Amino acid sequence: MNYIQLGYSDLILPALLVVMNGVLSIALQLKLERQLAVASVRMVIQLVLVGYVLTFLFAAVSLLWTALAALIMVLFASREIVVRQKRRLLGLWTYGLGAGCTLLAGGTVTMFSLLTQLRPDPWYHPRYALPLLGMILGNTMTGVSLGLDLLVSGVARERAAVDSCLALGGTRYQALLPMIRDALRGGFMPTINGMAAIGLVSLPGMMTGQILAGVEPVDAVKYQLLIMFLIAGGTGLGTLAAVIGGGWLLTDHRHRLRLDRIAPEESS
Amino acid sequence: MLTVRELTRLQISASFQLRDGECIALQGPSGAGKTLLLRAIADLDPNEGSVELDGKPRESMPAPAWRRQVTYVATEPGWWADTVRDHFAAWDQAMAVAERLGLPSSCGAWPIRRLSTGERQRLGLVRALLLDSRVLLLDEPTSALDAASTAAVETIVAERRSTGTGVIWSTHDSAQARRIGSRLFTMASGGRIEERQL
Repeated sequence: MNYIQLGYSDLILPALLVVMNGVLSIALQLKLERQLAVASVRMVIQLVLVGYVLTFLFAAVSLLWTALAALIMVLFASREIVVRQKRRLLGLWTYGLGAGCTLLAGGTVTMFSLLTQLRPDPWYHPRYALPLLGMILGNTMTGVSLGLDLLVSGVARERAAVDSCLALGGTRYQALLPMIRDALRGGFMPTINGMAAIGLVSLPGMMTGQILAGVEPVDAVKYQLLIMFLIAGGTGLGTLAAVIGGGWLLTDHRHRLRLDRIAPEESS
Repeated sequence: MLTVRELTRLQISASFQLRDGECIALQGPSGAGKTLLLRAIADLDPNEGSVELDGKPRESMPAPAWRRQVTYVATEPGWWADTVRDHFAAWDQAMAVAERLGLPSSCGAWPIRRLSTGERQRLGLVRALLLDSRVLLLDEPTSALDAASTAAVETIVAERRSTGTGVIWSTHDSAQARRIGSRLFTMASGGRIEERQL
C-alpha cells in the first residue's frame, strides 16, 4: 500500500486556514476567535496524544489495555451525552443511563462485527476494535443524547396528557408512548439522513482515509458499508435502550410521573 | 367503602371513610391542598399512609387497576391524541354520555386544539364516567361550566351515586357543596381536614 506520508511541518500551511477563520472572526466581530483557538489547540493535543496511545496499544495487543481504552471512550461518550441535553435527569441516573446505553450498543455491535465479519487475530486486536468502537460510539452518542433530550422535554411539556392517561388507568408505557415514539424518531433521524446522503453529498471520512492510504475505492466502500450498517444498528439499539430507560426513570413502580427527577432547566 | 388512614402528601394529612354512594364535598382556599389530597388518594403522586377499597389495600393491586377503581378527574384534563374520538375506546358509549352533558354528537371529530375549557372539562369527565369506577375524585369539575352544563354534570354524577359510586367533589362554590354533598370537608391552609355541618 503506497500513500503520501505527512510530516508535522506539512500541517503548518493547512493550519493557516484556521488562522484565517480567526482573522475573519476578529474582522467581523463574531467573537469566535477565542473558542476557535481553544478548540484548535485541544484538537491538536488530543489527536497527537491519541496517535501515540494507539501506537502503544497496537504494539501491546493486550485485552486489558484494549478494554481500558474502550471503557475510557464509553465514559467520555456518556459525559458528552449529558452535556448535550437541555433538560436532563437528576444526579447519577443521567450518567448511568448514558454510559449503560452506549456500552450496550457500542459493545454489542463492535463485538458482533469483530466475531462475525472481521475476525481479527486475536479477536480484540485494538487496530480493529478501537476504531470500530469509536465510530459506533460517536454516532450512538448522537442518537442517545437526541432521544433522551426529546423524551425528557416532551414528557415535561405533555405532563397533563401523561397524567390524565395514568389517572384513567393507563400504564406508564401507555402514557409515555407518544413521547417515546417522538424521541425514537428524533434519535434515528440523523443516522437515516446520513445514510441517504452518503456518497452523493459527502464521502465519509473513513472511506476517504482508506483511499488516501492507497486502498482500492471498491474495497474502501465495502468497509464503509460495514461501518454504516454497524452504526445504524448501534444507534438503533442505543437510542431504544436510552429512551425506554429514560421512560422508566421518569416514572416509578406505581406508574406515577416523576418530574421531580428532572433537573431544573436553568441548571442544565 | 373507601378508607383513608393518615394519608400524607407534603403539608396535607387526612383520615376518613367514604361510604358507597356517598359524596364528600371538599372545600378550602386555593393552595390549601385539595388537589394534592385527591391525587394522593388516586396514588398519582408519592405519598404515605394507607388507602383501602372494601378493606383491600391499594398496594395489593397494580396502580393502573387501582386508578380504574378510584379515578381522579383533573380540573383541566390532558389530551394525548389529535381529535376527541381518538381518546375513547368505545365512542358510541362516550357519545351518549357526552350528549347528556350538552355536547353534540359531532364532537368526536373535533380537533382537541379547538376545544374550549368547558368542553375539555366535560369530555374529561366523560372519559372517567366510562370506566364505571367505584370512586370518583372530581377536582372542581364544573369550574368552567355554565349553569345548565353544571346541572347536567351534577345530575349524571348523582345517578352514578345511586348505583353505589362514592364521590369526593372539590369545589369553591358553597351552594354547589350543599347541593351535591352528603358530607362537607373543609381544608385549612395548613392541610388539615375538618368535617363541617352542611
